[in-house]
This record gives sequence, structure tokens and C-alpha cells, in this order.
Amino acid sequence: MYRYDSIDRQLLQERVAQYRGQIERNLAGTLSDDELRPLRLQNGLYIQRHGPMLRIAIPYGILAADQLRKLAELSRRYDRAVGHFTTRHNMQFNWPKFEETPNILAELSEVDMHAIQTSGNCIRNITTDKFAGTAPDESSDPRPIAEILRQWSTFHPEFSFLPRKFKIAVSGSTEDRSVLRVHDVGIELIDAADGTPGARIFVGGGLGRTPLIGQVVREFLPRQHLLTYLEAILRVYNRYGRRDNLFKARIKILVNALGIEDFSKQVEAEWAHLKDGPATLTDAEFDRIAAHFAPPAYATLGDDPAEYASARASTPAFAAWAKRSVYPHRVPGYAAVTLSLKAPGKAPGDITDVQMDAAADLADRFSFGELRVAHEQNLVLPNVRQADLPALWAEARAHGLATANIGLLTDMICCPGGDLCSLANARSVPIALAVHEVFDDLDYLHDLGELSLNISGCMNSCGHHHVANIGVLGIDKNDEEWYQISIGGRQGNATRIGKILGPSFRADEVTAVVQALVAVYVEQRTPTERFIDTFDRLGIEPFKARAYQGRDRRKTAHD
Amino acid sequence: MTEIIKDARVVDDAWQTLKLAEGDAAETVALPAAPTLVPLAVWRARRDELLARQTPFGLWLDSHEGPEEIADDLKHFALVAVNFPKFADGRGYSTARLLRERYGYRGELRAIGDVLRDQLFLLRRCGFDAFAVRADKDIRDALAGFEVFSERYQSAVDEPLPLFRRRAAGEPSHG
Ligand code: SF4
Repeated sequence: MYRYDSIDRQLLQERVAQYRGQIERNLAGTLSDDELRPLRLQNGLYIQRHGPMLRIAIPYGILAADQLRKLAELSRRYDRAVGHFTTRHNMQFNWPKFEETPNILAELSEVDMHAIQTSGNCIRNITTDKFAGTAPDESSDPRPIAEILRQWSTFHPEFSFLPRKFKIAVSGSTEDRSVLRVHDVGIELIDAADGTPGARIFVGGGLGRTPLIGQVVREFLPRQHLLTYLEAILRVYNRYGRRDNLFKARIKILVNALGIEDFSKQVEAEWAHLKDGPATLTDAEFDRIAAHFAPPAYATLGDDPAEYASARASTPAFAAWAKRSVYPHRVPGYAAVTLSLKAPGKAPGDITDVQMDAAADLADRFSFGELRVAHEQNLVLPNVRQADLPALWAEARAHGLATANIGLLTDMICCPGGDLCSLANARSVPIALAVHEVFDDLDYLHDLGELSLNISGCMNSCGHHHVANIGVLGIDKNDEEWYQISIGGRQGNATRIGKILGPSFRADEVTAVVQALVAVYVEQRTPTERFIDTFDRLGIEPFKARAYQGRDRRKTAHD
Repeated sequence: MTEIIKDARVVDDAWQTLKLAEGDAAETVALPAAPTLVPLAVWRARRDELLARQTPFGLWLDSHEGPEEIADDLKHFALVAVNFPKFADGRGYSTARLLRERYGYRGELRAIGDVLRDQLFLLRRCGFDAFAVRADKDIRDALAGFEVFSERYQSAVDEPLPLFRRRAAGEPSHG
């Protein structure tokens, strides 16, 4: 992984000092709350329902074991010994004290961590594929580009006060696992026919109130032009993005208003001035950064060693776990392993200090000391010997990190919702817990196969409900919590926004509705179909009919 | 006399900023006798009159007004200012870079409006060299806003070479 040098570290120290000063000036009354607000947000500090929330950056989802141990320690000392992973590779502490946040950031900087630009109207943490560098279908490693973008976006002089937040995802594999099509900018690394490295650039994707799939603004951009081209996009957005209405301020609204062709023309016109300028990326710099991501010292091994095969044969629980949690690796004899943070009775994405320490130890013992944060709110050990899988499983299981549900219905993405978030219309975690309770039979879950169910507590859509096979969205109807349910969304190359079933449901109806949707699938599926395939074949009607069967529901203004 | 920050020092400043109040028309508003920053509308309506006067004048752009509007006129202005109606309105950062990097403006470039200590570092990076810090703030205290970071990753007006090019040449400021 990328190792900070003395300059990176110095900048981090200076950032902590700057932030500490801002908090002190606020407490002393010389920096007003309104003036502090955008500044603290750019350091990840929100003021929430019960007090402050600190969002710590995990740049492109890569964590060293020592960094995770530090998070465990900080969660013990400054929080309630628990952290929450978000869909953008970040970790949230929900109970820090306002005055202590500078100390938390100072301690984080000791392990080269920070909360820079995890919120605010700026370029946010860059996200990527949880299997970056290990996936068999990867043609370009997205990590060097993600790190180059991290440096470029950090304290950007021109783009720190944009109309709204700006999210960039990078992917370099055949199948997109970074949901790049619902980002403000999605970068799909590809090579030209002649082998020139570069990228296809998507723009204007996003969830929230107006969910939109990103459109291709440039079919191929040679790698050296990436930064100047992004600056052109951002300059057009900074100058012309709407600033009069919070809900219309994302770049997707500008792209839609202009149309992709006009938008693209404006970007190209701007880029003509920037192209080949000093921000042009050099091969030397790319190589310098890429060297940080050189493969670890893999042993020469064969696939499916005896230890692994025999454990699968002898231990059904292990076999079930391996089927869901073990992902193929480009190096023979290795695997990428997902540690589930979706145990029954636990808020999705939450992890205790003890689990953090345990996961860090597992990374040290089995995965060259490195972990990844998946946008599905799980942890990944990217480089595990297949022969070690039985031992890894036993320890992960002892710490509640081995629920065999990856990719299944209970591997829910779920935002913190109304329990913590002040923007929420409804709680989301209790819905996740209730669904998990109903679908707690692992054999049944495995039989249902791949099925994504995501929950957001409001239209901001942090829980990515739009792109789930079954999406649940909290809405507020006359101060009561109601839930709108959508179906047919998907992520990946065929990213699609789900369709709303119809009028919304009460909290106590949601699990029954999910069961009804699942029942239609079970009754109608062919032997090879996943839930989404059956939906695609049948369309929304049979699902809708079953969901509302026996329910008298009229559409109201809130639906 | 009002004070501003110029080249990272607090100095007295005699310039006035003409703002069109409700009911003022660019064509008829009275021009002060002192050196004055005029809005774009006044420059457009009364170009010849302004050029004929002996009193120095400059031009201020509001945050929604682009630098291309004055690109051909820059030689006429004793100074150019960019207004920040709210400090979180970041359009002026692009305006400044364009004035410096694309239109070659070399004269004084002043940030006016909601100009605060915590934005000075970035504003200077984008080419501002003068700062009319908001009147209710301690302007000397604001000077500390320049001393935040010792390095910069990106290319901008203050440092045209991004860190990676200077690193490669072996000459970043430290480290
Ligand atoms: S989706 Fe809404 S409720 Fe959930 S975390 Fe985001 S803002 Fe909060």
C-alpha cells in the first residue's frame, strides 16, 4: 500500500494544527458556528442528533492492520468501543466529544490517517474495487490512480467550495464493483487498442433525490491527461453548477440540464487550455506511485490445496462460508476473503473494538497485514493462502466475523438512519434487524442465492437503496415512519435504478413485503435464475400484486 | 482608513467599492471622486466616461460573472476584484485562476466580500494577492491564514508545478 513520505506527513500534521486552531477559535467565540461548519465538515465532523459524529477517511478502502488497531484503540478511548463502516470506505465514530476531535485527528495522523474531505462540498474520498490488485478480471490496478487522485484532490486550491459534494470512483476490472456509474465521476480504466493506458470517463451519476446513471463524457482518455481533464470537468461544474438550490446542486443536474453532448463540449473547450499543461501526469510519477502497490511476496502455490478441499468436505458450515466469502484471486493458491459485518442482531457495518483488533490480527497472520473496506460495509482480507482458510474461518467465526451471508439477502447495506442521523426520515437499522431475524435460516438464504437488499433512512440514499434488487427507503408521513420499497435495481456494469412498487408501507409491514417478493421469486424461478433474473423476465407486476395482496393501500401525497 | 492585506502585509487602502443599491441604475449612479471599484454593469454602461476621468478606477466581478466578460479590457483597470457573497461560494477561485493563467492579468487581484482567514491560503494559491478581510474580523489575526501548509500537491498560480514534478526534479520545499 502507499507509504506516506515526509511531505505527506508534514501536510497531515499541519492539517491537524489548522483544525485544532479552528476548534479553539470557535470555542473562544472568534469563529462563528456558521463559519466553522464548512471547515469542520471538510474534516469529517458533523453535528448529529445526539452530538458530534466524526467520519474518518479510509482512502480507496485500504487499511493496514496497524491502522485498524489504531481505530480500535480510538473507539475505546473516545467513543463507545464501536465504529461504523460506510458505503464510501469511511469509518464513523458516533459518540466523540467535540473538544476532543482535534486529539483524535492528531492520534490518527500518527498512523497516516485523517478525516480530510470526508464531508463538505469538495472532492470526497476516492473509492474503488474492494478486490483491487487481486481480482482475476482486473486489467488495470485502480490503486495507483486512486492515490494520485487522493494527492491531487487534497486541499485542492480551486475546488474546495464546490456547489455540492463531489464523489469519484475508479475501477479497472471487467465487471465494475465500485458502483462507478452512480458517482459524480466514474473512471473506468481501460487500454486503447494499441495498448495506451487510459480510461473511459462517466459523469453525472448519483443517487439521492434524483437518481441518475452516469453517462460517458469521454470514451477514451489517455492516462496522462486524467488530472487536467478532471480539472476541466470540475471547473465547468464549479462555475456553472447550481448554487441556489441544495437539491439541484450536484453535477448530475448540470449534466442533465445541458445534455451530455453540450456538457462534453464545454469540458473539451475548457480542457483545450489545460491539456498538456504542468498538471499532465508523467509516466515517472505513475510508476513511482505504482511501485507502492507492488504485489506482496506471494509463495508459489497451487489452487485448491488438500487442506482447503478436505475442510469443505468435512465441515458443511465451513463449506457454506467458503462458498460466500471466498473470492477468486489472480495468484494461484490465494483467495480474497470477505469478513462479514452483517451478523444477526448487529447493525450492518458496525464493528466493535475487539473485532477490529481481531480483524487486524487476522490480516497480520493471513494477509500480509492489509485489509480493504468494501462499499457493502464489510472487510476484505485481500491476500489469503487457500490452505489457511480453515484456520482463518475458525478465528473469524469466534469473533462474529464469519456469517456466511456475503452477497445474500442479509448482507444488507444499511445507513445509520434515524437512530443517529439528523437528516433521517425514519430509522433504518431496526428494519435491517427485523429482516435479518426473519431470514435467519442460512440454508434457506443460500437457496435464495444472490439478492441485494439495501436500506436508506432518507432520500440522501447513503444506503444505496436505488441500486439494490430490493430497496427500502424511509419516508416521513405525518411524523410516522413509513417505507417505500423498490425492486429491480442493480449495481455493476448493468447498473440500474429500482422501480418503486407503489404506496409505502408501515415499519411492521416491511418484512412481510420482503417475504412476499421473495415468495414470488421462489415460486417462479427457473433453476438457473437469480432473483434479479426472474424479475427481469416477469417484470414488476407479479411482485407488486403479491406485495399489496390483502393490503388496502391508497396513494397519498407522501408516496 | 480601511485596511486590507496586500502581499501578506496589512496596508491602508483608499479604494471604494461601488455597489448598485436597489433603484440605482448603472447608467446614472453617481461615481465617487475617490478611486473606485465599479461593477461590471457600470463599466459596460459608462466605459468612455470612466476612461476619460482622471480618477483611477478598477472593476469588481460578482461571483456569477465570468472573467471572459472583461478579458479584453484588463489593461484599463487599475485593479480587479472578485466578490465572495458567501465564503462558501467558490466560483471566485476559478475566476481568479482564469484571470491569471488564461487572460494574463498581472495587476492587483483582490478578494472582497465574505473574505475570512481560513480561506486565505487557497485564495492566494488561485492568484489573489490582496484581501479585503470582512470588516468585523481582526485583519492581523487573519494573516495567520497564509501560514497553514508548507507544501501543495497541485499546480496553481502560486506554484505552477505540481508536487510530483518538483519531487522528480528533487526540489520540493522540504522533505
Ligand atoms: S440516507 Fe439519510 S438517514 Fe441515512 S445516513 Fe444518509 S442522510 Fe442519514
